Amino acid sequence: MTATQKELLHPAEVLLRRDRIPHIWCSGCGLGSVMSCFIEAALESGLDLEKMCVVSGIGCSGRVAGYLNLDAFHTTHGRAIPFAMGLRLANPALKVVVFSGDGDLVAIGGNHLIHAARRNVDMTVICVNNFNYGMTGGQSGPTTHIGARTTTTTYGNVEHPFNLPLLVAGAGAVYVARWTTVDMRRLKHSMLEALLKPGFTFVEVISPCPTNYGRRNKLGDGLEEMRYYHEKTVIRHFPPLEEVDLALGEEIVVGKFVERDRPTFEEMLAKLTPQGGA
Amino acid sequence: MSASIVAAPKGPRALTGEHFMLGDHACAEGALAAGCTFFAGYPITPATETAERMSERLPQVGGIYVQMEDELASMAAILGASWAGAKAMTSTSGPGFALMLENIGLGIITETPCVVVNVQRGAPSTGLPTLVAQGDMMQARWGSHGSYEAIALCPDSPQELFDLTIRAFNLAERYRTPVFVMTDADVGHLTERVVIPPAERIEVWERKRPTVPPEEFLTYKPDADLIPPMPNAGEGYRVFVESLTHDEKGYPVITGEAHDKLVKRLIDKIRLHADEIIDYEERDLEDAEVAIVSYGISARISMRAIELAREEGIRVGMFRLITAWPFPEKAIRRLAARVKGIVVPELNYGQMSLEVERCACGQAPVVLVPHAGGEVHDPLDILEAIRSVAR
Repeated sequence: MTATQKELLHPAEVLLRRDRIPHIWCSGCGLGSVMSCFIEAALESGLDLEKMCVVSGIGCSGRVAGYLNLDAFHTTHGRAIPFAMGLRLANPALKVVVFSGDGDLVAIGGNHLIHAARRNVDMTVICVNNFNYGMTGGQSGPTTHIGARTTTTTYGNVEHPFNLPLLVAGAGAVYVARWTTVDMRRLKHSMLEALLKPGFTFVEVISPCPTNYGRRNKLGDGLEEMRYYHEKTVIRHFPPLEEVDLALGEEIVVGKFVERDRPTFEEMLAKLTPQGGA
Repeated sequence: MSASIVAAPKGPRALTGEHFMLGDHACAEGALAAGCTFFAGYPITPATETAERMSERLPQVGGIYVQMEDELASMAAILGASWAGAKAMTSTSGPGFALMLENIGLGIITETPCVVVNVQRGAPSTGLPTLVAQGDMMQARWGSHGSYEAIALCPDSPQELFDLTIRAFNLAERYRTPVFVMTDADVGHLTERVVIPPAERIEVWERKRPTVPPEEFLTYKPDADLIPPMPNAGEGYRVFVESLTHDEKGYPVITGEAHDKLVKRLIDKIRLHADEIIDYEERDLEDAEVAIVSYGISARISMRAIELAREEGIRVGMFRLITAWPFPEKAIRRLAARVKGIVVPELNYGQMSLEVERCACGQAPVVLVPHAGGEVHDPLDILEAIRSVAR
C-alpha cells in the first residue's frame, strides 16, 4: 500500500475487515451506523484492541462480529452471551462485547441475558432492536410493538413487548442506555461509557428495518423512519423505567437510564478462598 | 491459560496415590490431571457429583467453576473458555446432553477442543433420573444436526473414568473437536479403587499452536493432517470463528462447494486418524467360538455370563468397546470372521449392536440382548443368548 492510499483510509477502517465489505445489510438499515459508532467508541476507549473480542449470535445484527477486525465469534442463535462469558472468565484480560439483535438476545437468548446481568459478568451487550426478525423475512418477536404488522402478525401483534431497559435493570445490569440510530454522537458516548464500566453493561439501539418492518408499518423507508425517530424521541436520563416502554406512534424515551455499582462476577470469584488441595 | 481470576494457593492437580473413589469424582480428577481449568455445568442426576467435585477442586488450582442457567449455556461457555485458551469441560446426563447438542455442533464446525461427559440414565425424557441406561450412544454419534464424525469413549469403572477423561482431553486437543465420555449411572456412582499416578507420568497433550505470525495467519487453514493450528483469543491473531460454512479464513461462504470442502475435512480429520483413536479390550477371545461385544457397565455384567458359559464348556470371550466412536469397524469385521456368533448386551433396545451387525457383514449372527435400563442385565439372560449362538 502506498503512502497516498494510506492517507485515504477512513479512520474506522482499522477495525473493519475490508475484504468482507460490502456488507449484506439492506439499504436504509441502521446496522452500519451502529457498527460505525461502535468502532469510534472502541478506538476512543483506549482499551487494548488486541484483547477485545466481539461475539454475535444469529440474525442481521449477528453479522456485526464478522465485519470487525477483532477476535470475532459468530456463534449460535441466542448463545452469544454464555459463549462470551466463557471467554471472559477463562481469560480476564479479555474485553468481551456481545453485538446482537432483539430476537437473538431477548427471545431465544433471553434466559442468558438476564442471568449474565444477574451475575454482573464484565461484558458489554449492544442490542440492536429493530422490532422484528429481519434475517428470516420479518416475523414478530419479543419487542414487536402491539398492533404491528409482521409476516406472522398479519392482523396486528397482540403480544405485549418487553421493556428491555426495565428487564435488564431488574436483572442487575450496572449500566443501561437507549438511543436511536439518529443519535449517533450520544450513542457513541454511551457505548464508550459502557465499554469502560466494569460489570454487565447494556446499550439498546433502536434501529430501522425498512425492508421488513418499516414497510409493513407505514414507517416509510430508512430515511423516513429516521425522521420518525427524530420527531418522537425524548431524552430523559434516569427516568422511572416503567415509563420507557415503546408503542407505535408514541414517544421514544432515550438516554442514560441506569448507572450504578455492584461487585462484578469476577470480583466475587476473586474473593474465593479455597482451602487445601485434596 | 492467562492469569486466572481466582488467585489461589496452588494445590496439586493430580492427587497422586491410591483412592477409594466415586466414579463421578474420578472423572473430575481425570479432568484436573489433564489440565482442565474451566468447568461450566448445570446440576443433573446422576452427573452432579462431578460438578460438585469440580466446584471444590478447580479453585484450589486457580481454575474456574461456573454453574450456568442451563445446559445450552454450559456448552456455549466451555466453547468460549476453550478459545480463551482453557481446557474446558462440562458434565451432564441425557436431558442435558440433548440441550448441549446444539452447541456441540458449534464446537464441531468451529473446531473447538472440549470434553462433554454424559452419565447416562433411563430415558426417553425425564425417564429414570437415578437409574442406569446406555440409551444415548447413538445420540452422541448423530445427535447434532448435519454430517460429522464423533469421538466417544465408554469407561467401565471409576479407574477408567479417570483414565479416559484424560484421554478425552488429549483427543479433543489433538483433533480439535468436542470429545464425549459416555459413561452410565452405575459406573458414575460406583466407588472403587482408583490409582492416580504421579503428575509427571500422566501423558497430557496440548493443542497445536500457529507457527506463522498473525499477519499470515488464517483461522481455518489446515496442516497436512487436516487440523488447523489454534491460537487463543487476545493474542493478536484476530481469529474469525464462524458457525456458518466458511473458508480457510473463517469467512462465511454459502455454496455447496465450500460446504463439501469443509464438511469433508471435518470428517476426514477424524476418519483418517481412526486407528490412532480407536481403543478396545479383548479377553479370552483366542479360542472363542462366541464373542460378546459390550461396553460400560454392561461389559462388566457380561463377565459373569462368560464365567458361567465357560463352566458349561462354551468358549466365549469379550470384546469390550473403549472407543464407541469412531467404531472399531475393522476389528469387528475380523472378529466376526472367526466366531460362530456375537452377543451384544446393552442397556437399550439396540444401538451399538446395529454397528456390530453392520461391521460383521453377515459373517456371523449378531444377537442383541436388549434391556431398557433401570437396572443392569441378569447375567442369565446374557448366558441364554450365548447358548443360543453356540448351539
